[in-house]
Amino acid sequence: MFDPIFIKVLIGTLLLAASSSVVGVFSFLKGESLVGDAIAHALLPGVVLAFIIGDGRNPVFLILGALVAGLTAHYGISFLEQRTKLKGDTAISLVLSTFFGFGIMLLSAVQRTGQGQQAGLERFLLGKAAAITLSDLYVFGALALVLLASVALFFKGFQLMTFNEDFAAAIGLPIQLIRFVFTVLTVLAVTVGIQSVGVVLMAALLITPAAAARSWTASLRLMLVLSAVFAATAAVVGTIISASLPKMPTGPWIVLALGGIAFISLLIAPENGWLPRRKRARGNQLKTQRENLLKLLYGAEEREGHTVAMTSETIVGIRRQHLEGLRKTLRSLKKEYLLVERADGFALTEKGRTEGRRVVRLHRLWELYLTERLGMAADHIHPQAETMEHIITPEIEALIVKELGNPEVDPHQSPIPYEED
Amino acid sequence: MEKSIEVHNLTVSYHSKPVLWDVDFELPKGKIIGVVGPNGSGKTTMLKTVMGLMKPDSGYTEIFGQPLDKVRERVSYVPQRESVDWDFPADVMDVVLMGRYRKNNLFKRITKEDRRIATEALEKVNLLEFADRQISQLSGGQQQRVFIARSLAQQADIYLMDEPFVGVDAATEDAILKLLRDMKNEGKTVVIVHHDLQTANEYFDWIVLLNTRLVAAGPKEEVFTKELLQEAYGGRLTVLSKLGDLISDTEFPLREPDFKEDQPKD
Repeated sequence: MFDPIFIKVLIGTLLLAASSSVVGVFSFLKGESLVGDAIAHALLPGVVLAFIIGDGRNPVFLILGALVAGLTAHYGISFLEQRTKLKGDTAISLVLSTFFGFGIMLLSAVQRTGQGQQAGLERFLLGKAAAITLSDLYVFGALALVLLASVALFFKGFQLMTFNEDFAAAIGLPIQLIRFVFTVLTVLAVTVGIQSVGVVLMAALLITPAAAARSWTASLRLMLVLSAVFAATAAVVGTIISASLPKMPTGPWIVLALGGIAFISLLIAPENGWLPRRKRARGNQLKTQRENLLKLLYGAEEREGHTVAMTSETIVGIRRQHLEGLRKTLRSLKKEYLLVERADGFALTEKGRTEGRRVVRLHRLWELYLTERLGMAADHIHPQAETMEHIITPEIEALIVKELGNPEVDPHQSPIPYEED
Repeated sequence: MEKSIEVHNLTVSYHSKPVLWDVDFELPKGKIIGVVGPNGSGKTTMLKTVMGLMKPDSGYTEIFGQPLDKVRERVSYVPQRESVDWDFPADVMDVVLMGRYRKNNLFKRITKEDRRIATEALEKVNLLEFADRQISQLSGGQQQRVFIARSLAQQADIYLMDEPFVGVDAATEDAILKLLRDMKNEGKTVVIVHHDLQTANEYFDWIVLLNTRLVAAGPKEEVFTKELLQEAYGGRLTVLSKLGDLISDTEFPLREPDFKEDQPKD
């Protein structure tokens, strides 16, 4: 399996996928994912016509055919959007299906002559990396390098075109040129990409790596690198599988691998991933439970005027909480020396008392803020304050205290317990 | 009066419907100028036409007595905050550095001097500590200040700002106002599109009152009169808006194809 030719094919497809995905980052950020898909489908008649008219084996003809078809499709979509009353998605679908239908028709016609199979035209539909000849590979590999170099060269232009095109035009950047270069690069990226995944699944190669990369980083440069790495990884996986299994197209495997990468990224990426977000929510839940427990004990001390100990059974009685969950909360409080376990139950330590006082203070401050600033009635404010007491940061606390002018009591005339210093 | 901007017989259409009719005025240098009018009165269109982002049907605009292309580097533009996607992957410094992009450094790396100027601009809007912050994590007021910092980094002589006071907190409003006065004291000209009449009188030295046509332009004492305000805010002129609909519906070209009159004199 690892003969020199296969290694070359592997490196080739890796490069093809990486370069397409890098251009795809900008399509993704521009919110033009579907345009890439339309261009990919539209390339089919281009490459088949190039085969019929020109020399079917020459990749340069295929690239020219693809360029003409891709640019026609792109400007066709723009024309429909600007000059007719069609909405963007309608214009895209119209161009995509018409071109693709035409392409399939041409493909069937060529295949009937028997020449098509020889040239491996079928690989344009679903991709078959192993079917690429070495000479093709050199041409498309070179094209991929040109793509990567162009993106590096036009980085500032593409960045500003995507983020704020009006500003780019206002400072006198040649925005028409930048946009044209970007369109040509998109068409070329698709031309390069369909060698490995085929036109049907091309959109996945443009968009999926970018979407996965975005969940890991908020830096455009890093996003470009990550997209390339993800696409290259998927390309290697897809090529190896399709080369090992007979009659297996490459495209679906690459796209499946990409889907896997994207799924994992959306799941575990820090900040934006689903799992870390859930973990944060869980953490906040535990924080809420802990603070409520400290508040309970602090409140009891405030009423009794001395240290109070409560057994977990007593607490369950008051808070109607599952014993199991409560034990977990108690354990975590004990571990941080906020509570101490005495013979007659759990009591606040000095550290725990300070924390409990803080929660009670925030609760009462927020109740006061709601009545004073939002004009809410005193009997409506408790539930809100129950949540906010766990959210308010020291900075916001300072703001509230300042705005309310160091208040002494809350709307229910309970004292607001400040720290004595 | 030394001219900063001249707008000459300007007619501009949006979706083939005229939104500015034969607007004609001149603005002075070194003033804080408000372009004021109700929603849909063509304020943004006017600014975009001056910036060359929209093509007029007729008329022309000049800055410092020259066409925009000749003075591009002396002009700075602050688009509406909502016109961009703040989820874009960039940090505050990235955006401010965009103010240093030029046609002739498009393919070049960002220099140390660019960074120094961008840092200075961030300091002026009091956002230096946010330099590494993701722009998606900024508040509305901070986003607006990032845009203004980007504009300051352009080191221009005239600044055109589209609704910089919309949706900002009181602190940002004060910061922007202080900046504007500093800029004026340095002899810069600031033109601001603004829809809020309450604050217009306090913010600006000079006012352009628009409502599809020019209602008035001049020092605020002359323009901010009850009669003129009523004229600007008293609804659109029925005949004008009916005619506009007609032009749009019948796809009627506003000028003959070989219409040549009204070009700037060289």
